[in-house]
Parts: sequence; C-alpha cells; structure tokens
Amino acid sequence: MILGTWDRVPGFQCIKMSSRKSKSNNVIHAEYLSQVQRILRERFCHQSPQSNLFGVQVQYKHLIELLKRTAIYGESNSVLIIGPRGSGKTMLINHALKELMEVEEVSENVLQVHLNGLLQINDKIALKEITRQLNLENVVGDKVFGSFAENLSFLLEALKKGDRSSSCPVIFILDEFDLFTHHKNQTLLYNLFDISQSAQTPLAVIGLTCRLDILELLEKRVKSRFSHRQIHLMNSFGFPQYLKIFKEQLSLPAEFPDKLFSEKWNENVQCLMEDRSVREVLQKHFNVSKNLRSLHMLLHSDRYEMLALNRVTTSHPFMTAADLMEANQLCSMDSKANIVHGLSVLEICLIIAMKHLNDIYEEEPFNFQMVYNEFQKFVQRKAHSVYNFEKPVVMKAFEHLQQLELIKPMERTSVNTQREYQLMKLLLDNTQIMNALQKYPNCPTDVRQWATSSLSWL
Amino acid sequence: MACYSTRLRTRQTYSWVGKPLLNPKLHYHSYKEMSVKIEGGLTEIHIQVGQFVLIEGDDDENPYVAKLVELFEDDSEPHSKKRARVQWFIRFCEVPVSKRHLLGRKPAAQEIFWYDYPACNSNINAETIIGRVQVVALGPDEVIPMDLKNEETLFVKLSWNEKTFRPLSSELFTEFDKLRECSPRCQKPVGAKTKAIRSPSWTRAEHDIKRIESRHSTSKSRPTPSHPATPRAKKRLELSGFPRTPSTRISQQNSGALLDSPGRSKRKVALSEITSPTKRSQPDGLHTLSPAPKTPQKTGEIHSSCARNDKKASPDCQRILRTRVPALNTTEIIEERTLKPINGGWQSSVVLSMILTPKNIKKREAEEPEAQDETTSTPHRIRRKSSFLTLNRIRQQLRFLGNSKSNQEEDEFLPAAEISDSSSEEEETSTPPLRGRTSSRVSRDPSSSMKSSLQTPSKTPKKTPKPHTPRHATPQIRSRNLAAQEPASVLEEARLRLHVSAVPESLPCREQEFQNIYNFVESKLLDHTGGCMYISGVPGTGKTATVHEVIRCLQQAAKANDVPPFQYIEVNGMKLTEPHQVYVQILQKLTGQKATANHAAELLAKWFLTQRSSQETTVLLVDELDLLWTQKQDVMYNLFDWPTHKEARLVVLTIANTMDLPERIMMNRVSSRLGLTRMSFQPYTHSQLQQILISRLKNIKAFEDDAIQLVARKVAALSGDARRCLDICRRATEICEFSCRKPDSPGLVTIAHLLQAVDEMFSSSYITAIKNSSVLEQSFLRAILAEFRRSGLEEATFQQVYSQHVALCRMEGLPYPTMSETMAVCSNLGSCHLLLVEPSRNDLLLRVRLNVSQDDVLYALKE
Repeated sequence: MILGTWDRVPGFQCIKMSSRKSKSNNVIHAEYLSQVQRILRERFCHQSPQSNLFGVQVQYKHLIELLKRTAIYGESNSVLIIGPRGSGKTMLINHALKELMEVEEVSENVLQVHLNGLLQINDKIALKEITRQLNLENVVGDKVFGSFAENLSFLLEALKKGDRSSSCPVIFILDEFDLFTHHKNQTLLYNLFDISQSAQTPLAVIGLTCRLDILELLEKRVKSRFSHRQIHLMNSFGFPQYLKIFKEQLSLPAEFPDKLFSEKWNENVQCLMEDRSVREVLQKHFNVSKNLRSLHMLLHSDRYEMLALNRVTTSHPFMTAADLMEANQLCSMDSKANIVHGLSVLEICLIIAMKHLNDIYEEEPFNFQMVYNEFQKFVQRKAHSVYNFEKPVVMKAFEHLQQLELIKPMERTSVNTQREYQLMKLLLDNTQIMNALQKYPNCPTDVRQWATSSLSWL
Repeated sequence: MACYSTRLRTRQTYSWVGKPLLNPKLHYHSYKEMSVKIEGGLTEIHIQVGQFVLIEGDDDENPYVAKLVELFEDDSEPHSKKRARVQWFIRFCEVPVSKRHLLGRKPAAQEIFWYDYPACNSNINAETIIGRVQVVALGPDEVIPMDLKNEETLFVKLSWNEKTFRPLSSELFTEFDKLRECSPRCQKPVGAKTKAIRSPSWTRAEHDIKRIESRHSTSKSRPTPSHPATPRAKKRLELSGFPRTPSTRISQQNSGALLDSPGRSKRKVALSEITSPTKRSQPDGLHTLSPAPKTPQKTGEIHSSCARNDKKASPDCQRILRTRVPALNTTEIIEERTLKPINGGWQSSVVLSMILTPKNIKKREAEEPEAQDETTSTPHRIRRKSSFLTLNRIRQQLRFLGNSKSNQEEDEFLPAAEISDSSSEEEETSTPPLRGRTSSRVSRDPSSSMKSSLQTPSKTPKKTPKPHTPRHATPQIRSRNLAAQEPASVLEEARLRLHVSAVPESLPCREQEFQNIYNFVESKLLDHTGGCMYISGVPGTGKTATVHEVIRCLQQAAKANDVPPFQYIEVNGMKLTEPHQVYVQILQKLTGQKATANHAAELLAKWFLTQRSSQETTVLLVDELDLLWTQKQDVMYNLFDWPTHKEARLVVLTIANTMDLPERIMMNRVSSRLGLTRMSFQPYTHSQLQQILISRLKNIKAFEDDAIQLVARKVAALSGDARRCLDICRRATEICEFSCRKPDSPGLVTIAHLLQAVDEMFSSSYITAIKNSSVLEQSFLRAILAEFRRSGLEEATFQQVYSQHVALCRMEGLPYPTMSETMAVCSNLGSCHLLLVEPSRNDLLLRVRLNVSQDDVLYALKE
C-alpha cells in the first residue's frame, strides 16, 4: 500500500500537471464553445438571410427576377408566396431583398413597405403605416394624422402621380397576407393590385401566406387584378436532403477562428449524421414535420442540453447521439401524460371512473355525481386499498382536475347550476390514460386492475 | 391736402417735456409729452399722449395718421431712443387697390379709417412724428362734412382690417368718448389745482362742442365721438407752451393703473399691447406680445347699444376726435371758439379724478355706453411676423398708386422702426408716485379694464406648435435617381406591351360597346341634358377601359369643337372608405373644395339643382357602383336623381359587375331613376382574346401563333378575363427567357411555356401540398378519411381521428404518435387550410373537416 502510494506520487504530479494543462485547454475550449453556441444560435433563432436556402432555388430565381424587373424596368407585379408554416417564406423574401439591395443602382431607387396582417389589423392602420414608411409629405415626425378617407385619397393620389420610368418603385411586402383579405371590402388589396395593373407608380406586391386557399379569399374584382403568380414553398425534400440540411446547419463555417476545433467539430457532426440512433431520431422527427423550424427547435433544445453539459465539464464539448435523443424526447413528449403523472391517487381514481363512464355511455358527458358513484362502487369493493374519502374531498379533487383542464364542462359554468350535476367531458384518451398509468409511480395494484376493466371485481 | 412740414424740409429737434415716469420694474422712462422744435422757425409743437399725430411716411402729401398711445425712451436703442406707440389710421389711398371696392362708395377727401389690423407694428420712432392733426369720429349714419373749411380735420367713420370696412366699434367710440370725458381735467391749467368737474360743466362743454360741430359740418346734431381734449385745454396748452393734454394723462394713468395691478410684469406687456393698435407693419413682428383677440360679437353688441344711446342722447354724446396739427394753426380758430370754461371739480389728485370721472358720468347719464374701460382693451392685437408682408404690400400698393416717395425717407423709416421693435419688450410706462393710488382704484373698480388686463396675459402664452399634418402636402412618391431601363430584347418588349397597364391605341373587340356609350354621352352633351347609364360585366372585360376610351375621344372632339366642352369626373367605390365619401370626392374634383360628407352632399345638391353660370355638362363615371350601397341607399338615389334635373346637366355612367344589380339591391325609387339604359359586357370569347393579344403584339414576333390561340382558348374557357390572358402570356415570356439561356436567341414562346404558365397559375396547390407533407400528416389525413368512412359523416372530432390515427400508425409500423404530436400535425394542416378545424381550445373535442375533396386526398396519397 505504502509502496503503491509512493509509486503514485510522481504519477500524481503528472496528473496534476496535465490537469493544469487541460485547464488552459479548457479555457480555450470554453471560448470556442461559446463562439460555436453563438453561431449556431444565430442560425437557429434569427431568420438571418445569411443562412443558405435549401431546395428553393427555382422559387428564389423567380422571385428575384420579378423584383429586379420591378426595380430596374419599373414593371408592376404582384405575387403570392404560399407555403406551410416554417417553410421559409420570410427567409426567401429576405434573401431576395438582400440580394436586390446589394445592386447599387437598385438600392437607391427602391422603396420598401413591410406590412404584417397581425399588426395592421385594418386598412386604416395599414394606410397610416404605408404612408409612414413611404415618408410621404403628410408624415409629421413619425406620425400620420388625418382621417382614413384623407389618408386613402392622399396615398392613392401619390401613387397615381407616378409613372413607370420616373418614379421610385415601391415593394410592398404583406406578411400574413390572408389576414388582409378580411379587411372591409378588401379596399387596400384592391387598390394595391389596381395600381399594379395600371400605368402608375411601379409596385411589386408580395404577399406571404400559409393558406393554400388564398385565392378563394380574394373578392372577384381583387382576384381579377391579381396577376395570379404564386410561388409555392412546399418542403419538397426527402430524408437524404433532410440529413444534409441537418449537417449543414450544424457544421461550423470555414471562417471559424480555430481551424483545428472547427475541423474536429465538423468531423463530429459527420459522425453524428452517420450514427444509426441519430438517424432514427431524425427520421422520427422528419416523419412528424418536415419544416426546418422544427429541426431548428430540435437542435436548439439540444444545444441547451449541451450548454448545461458544458458548464459542468469541457470534457464533453461535442454533441452526442444521446443529446439528440434526449432532445427528441423533449420535443415529442405528451404534455398531458406528464400532468397525469403528477396527480394524486384519488384524482387518478376519478379519471379511471370517468374512463369507465365513457366506455359505458359511449362518450356521453357525465357529471360529478356519476363519477362519485362510480368511485364509491370501487371503494366499497376494495375498501382496504383506497381510503374512503369524504364527498367534499372528492369534489375538491374533481375541481382540481377541471382546473388542470383534464376535464371540460360542456356548458359555461353559471351560478345557478349545481356543481355536482354539471355535465363534463374527459379530455384524455383511453390510450393516454393507460400509458400514463403504466408509468405512474407507486400505483396501487387494485387501481391498476380497476383501470383495465371496470368489471375486474367479478 | 395742405402740405405738412416734414423733416425733409426742416430739421426738427425732439425733446421730452415733463418729468419721466419711471417704473423701477421696467427699464425705460415714459413721458407724457414731447416737444418738437422746428429749426429755424420759432414754432414749437407739443405733442401729448392721446393726441392724433401725423407721422412721416412714404408720401409727403399724405403722411400717416395715428393716435399717440405712449411716449417713452428706450435706452437699449443706440440711435433713436425716443420711441412712441401709436394706433394707426389708414387713408383711403393706403388701402390696397384691389380692396378699395369694398368700401362701396366714394371716400371723402378727408376720410381716414381706423386701422384694425393687429399684425401691424405700432412701435415707431418718435422722431418720425411730424405734428398733430385733428380727427373726428363719425357715427355710421353720419355724413362726412364736405364743406369744412378746416382741411386739417380728418374724419373716422369706418375701420379697416385688411379685409372689410366696418363701422367703428362702440369700443372705439367709447374710447373717444372717454378721452373726451377726461378732457375737462386736462383743461386745468398745469399749475392750477384741480376742481371737481361738475356735470353741468360737462354738458355745457358738450354743447359747445356740438355747436362747433354743427358749424363745421352740414350735419345736425349727430353723435360724433369726441376727443377728450376740449378746445379750451388746447388753447391753454398752446398759450402756455406747456402742453399737457389730459388725454395723455388719462391713457398714461390708466396704463399706470393697469400696470400696478397684481401680476404686474406680465401685464405690462399686455398693456403695451393694449394701448398700441398698430398700423405700419414692421419686419420683426413682436411675438413676445401676446395675442389678445377681441371678441367681435361683444363689440357688435356694444356698438348697437352705443348707437341707440347716441340717438337718444345726441347732445351729450357727440364724440369728436381732435388732434392739433402743430405746424399749421388753422385749427386754432375752431379751438378758440370751442373754448369754454370748464370747471374741474374734483379735489383729489389728478389720477383719481380722472379715473372717477367716467364712473360719475355713468351714474349720471345712464344711457352713456359703458364700455369706457374696455377701450383700453379694444386694441389688443397680435403682432405677427406677417406684419412685414403687410408692410411690403402696403408699400407696393403705395408705389403702385404712383405716390412719389423718397427713398431716403423710406430708409430712415425702416431702420428706425426696426430699432424700436427690438426695444419694445422693455418699454413701459410707469409712474411710481401714482402707484399706490392707482392700485387702490383698480381694486375699487372691478370694471372691464381690470378684467381685460387680467385676461390678456392669460391669453398670452405662446401657442406651443402642435404637430399637424402639413396643409399643402403634395401627394407624391419620390422619383428615382436612375431612370427605369428600357426593354432591350424582344421578349422584354413583348412583356411590356402585354402588361395590363399598357394602354393600347384602340380597344379591339369592344367596338360595339364603345359606339353605344359614345353615342349616349355625345347625345347628352349635344342636347344639354343629363342621363344615367348602367354598365355591367364580369371583371376583366374592359368596362372601365372602354369608358375611358370614350371619354378620351369625346375630349378630343370637344377640343375640336365637335361637341360642347364637358367636365369629366371619375370616382371608384373601391377607392372610398365609406359610401358617403363619394360626395367629398365628387365635390373636390368638381370645385376643388374640401368638405365633410354631409356638407359635400348639400353643396353638390345645390350645385346640381340650381342654375349655374357655366353651362358645362359634367360626365361622372362611378366605378364599382355596388359598393355605394347603403341601408337607405341615399348615395345611389342622389347620384341617379341629380341627372333628372334639367339644370344639372349631369351624365352618370355607372359600372358594376352584376347584370341585375338594379333589381337585386336597389329600391324601386332608385332603380327607376337609373333608367333602362343598360349595357352588359360579355366575357371575351377565345377569338376576341386572340385578337387582343395579336393587336398588342403587333410587329413583335415573340409568340408562336398556336401558343396565342392556346392561351386564348384556355382563358376563354375559364373566365374570359383579359387580364388573366395577358398575365399568362407575360409569365410565359419569363419562363421562355428563363429556360432558353442562350444569350442572343431569346426564342419564341412556345406552347410548352404557355402550358407551364397556365399550370402555375391555375393548378390547385392542394395536391402538391399533400404530396409534400410529412409522413404523419399524410397518415393523419388517411385517418380522417377512415373516420369519415366509418361514421359516414363529413366531420369528426379530433379524438375519433386520433384513435384511427393510432391504429393506422400501428399498422404501418410507425412509432406511436403521442397526442401532442398529433395535435401539432392537425393544427399544421389546419393552418394551411387543408383541414378546417375549430379553435384548439376545444382540445380533444375539436371538430375536423376536410377542405379538399376526399378524392383529391386519396389521389394525392396514392403514390
């Protein structure tokens, strides 16, 4: 023993030495890691036009050509960019605008107006915003005064005065385009499209929407004036491409300061991509949703996991398959099952009673009294396993379930109705209940048995 | 007019007379009197505050007339320390030529006008004063005496405020009145102790004045505003050579009283304002001085009462404004005659007596107008920067009149005025010894003078500039620095021509419609009648374009005098925020006026329903008529009712999409007025569309003939909308350009290109969307189909679909889908509107429907 210790003394020193070395390494690592985190977070969270476009080159080409024609030739155009949420509509237009503005002769000659259907909820607000962004002469400071009618006629007059060759083209970007169609008479859209179809100030009206039936929302006159150009973004890529995107999204750029680290990191990402469990996770995720935003979400939550790890030790600087799996689990977790895990036994019993009622009465609504009776039946049979709670206590548990929104009243709660007899519906599926019960800690066997069959006592 | 001695001819020296009244709070001395000594001559003129003076002007023959309000010395001015504040009068020749007709009569030779223009500067260099003059105020119904021997008497009858001539307000009358009432005091010899003025003496004095008046003028006892300075005082003053006009004192003491009232410093400014109605505007505009607009209404009332009083008490209420002309002594004669012994009755100090006088009189003569004290507030004026403009305008006008004017004079005048302006803030009169008494008086006398003095400062605060929309903002998008490029290639040229906005020289395929509309409008124009026409047709059939074309042709014809000239107005229901706004737009385009909707409706009704001077017909195009529908249909009613009146001469062309709009949405009385002149534009047939395309692409070989025919047929089958047709072709040129990248041979647009364009525009995106959706989304759609099939309904709750979905996933070997995942999938599909879903707060119970036909879903899911 003593010898052993003696033996180990130099070794111990060695370890100490190396640990000091690794400490300095750690400092460097930590620095790089924070940089990596910054880069990746920017990529995932900000819709920066720096990131690459995936699989939308054709659409991009179409859009940029269109914008250029408006900017350079003064040709009026209107186009809708349609695609499900997270398919990169905004990224596409941002990319295109960025590229457009890099052209010197264009950047000085183009006005942009950005509107969002969620912000400009009616034409009055939208008009003021347009006037403000165009900085017309009736803008005072940062505000626009005057009535709706005045502003409309002023703006129309302004746009009417222009002509193709001499006035500044205006690019209108209408985000959440479908919400603009709900405005009264669609006045704004009519006028924008009308101007884009007449020899006035050149306009490019670009609408972004996720609704596929957008054309049906347009009034016939508005529809006729719309040029019917549509750019569809459909996430039309397969799994191999998805993997490639995954890799590209995680890889560090070439301009990363430390070549060695970035090489190592990229190598790791490559390994990760080839890992079977990672592929499985990604495949599962791909099956649920193809859009890139959800991928970002997966990776980002993953990043958080790793952040936590990093703080503890820098010896785990790279992503692993386990991280990814954990993140995936987080993403695909059933939120209600989690709630059920936290319920008391009494509440679980009530839920089981409701389940039985649902089975018996075929999804008909129930009230507290019915549930209580069902529960009483069970308690009387298995008095030894479950404490016989008093009715008010059971009522309290029932109300708690309602607060958790695991049950939902059929009608609005009013003062007159007795709470015992208010009709309720269960917001849990049978499979959910059974799955949750299996994972429920310390569930009494009787209760579990009762859950599988209401007739288990027979 | 006699010649006045001006400074040009003789040098004059100006000096103050009397002790300066110094207010310690103010930084200048004020004086009551000034003496002007003409060099060489022995004459010495004394000018006192309250007297009417002649002031050196541009025109030697007609010097400016003003009432002296205040004399003071301003040390801050290097050159002219002697300043004066005046209330201007204006001669008729100084009124702008363009406004002279407003008087409505020929002005009398000696008529001047009270210059009621606040923007005019009243602060002048005292050394520009030439001498005194006599001014008599006349009532509105008095005749200006024509046979006056005394040329130096000027008459005031009206006031001029740069816009209108108005009778002198009663306030002014009372001011003169007050001055006159105070006159007895001034008659006191300077050294003599004051005696209380007895009312008999008063009346006597007035009688005298009356007598004099009657001698001077043809008029019988007419109420003339009298100058406070009674003749005797004048005489005495002149004799003694120690002039001390009571009027001066009054105004000064009055001002002193005002000054001493609480809140002095502020009020001082107000006071200087009060006592200085201005005439000549100066470039600077003293904006420190507060705007204190007088209420015209009040004056009006007072005026009327005053007039009544005047009639009743004509003997007492003769008002004479008199100022002595210093250089020429013609007035003297009259004055001597008017001499009357007047006993100043009061024992108390000058100030007190003076102030009490009006009160006494008021008590004794109930009919006397009560506005005495308001006189001080009458001339509240704002001085604005615009005063400079006014000055210039007046100058130009004078120049225009050809009045000779020496530049030197002007030069002298201007800088002096400027100097005086800059110093004006500090100027103030104050009389320390008087203060105690005056203040007590003020407290005793809660009359309007007090009020006004208190009110003035409250109005003083400068208006904080509130941001408001610029009145004359020109609607304009900024123009580009670089001109737009011109099309370079054939395809670009074609694209330009195919743009809907490109206006063709003629509208092919609408000749018949064009002719009908043209004939209709032309006949109405030629007959000088009105009428309505209703044009219907689906969008994109050239309704508006045809009407525009008709109007263009008619305008050309009008230029060639083939048809009478007409006015063309266009309104669009879609470009209005609200149906009633149509009135506003029509009115604005018709007359340029702006009004609210209701007012505009009235104005338009008046415009159309009454005989107008110009007999021009109006052609009104109302686009998108259906949007002008209101509950009461009053807008439509009016639009169709006006043309039925003979005087209106209104031709209304209305455009809407539906053929049976009059029957569907209009009340009987509206549709009956619309009449039966209707026209409907049929959708274009394929041959027409083809013709349109060919006419647009004349001389350009960009399309294959077959391709044009194809697109024409496609669109004709779909909608017959010409816009669609053009858009497809435009898109096809882009595709063509994009596909054949060879630089020099852009190539023709072929059928393939066009088909692709048609596909892009008209193909339903649902199927591609379903095809490209994720595995879970697809299986969820399948689950929906399965659930529909099971239940036989087209609607299912999420829970039902979920159980189907779970089963499906198990069958297909997919991992078990959790509820949350499935819900996300469902809402994703819902946001695309592939599914119609209820709001997600219903959770499991939300109902799901397909927005696509089941067959489409099945078709899309097949592969």
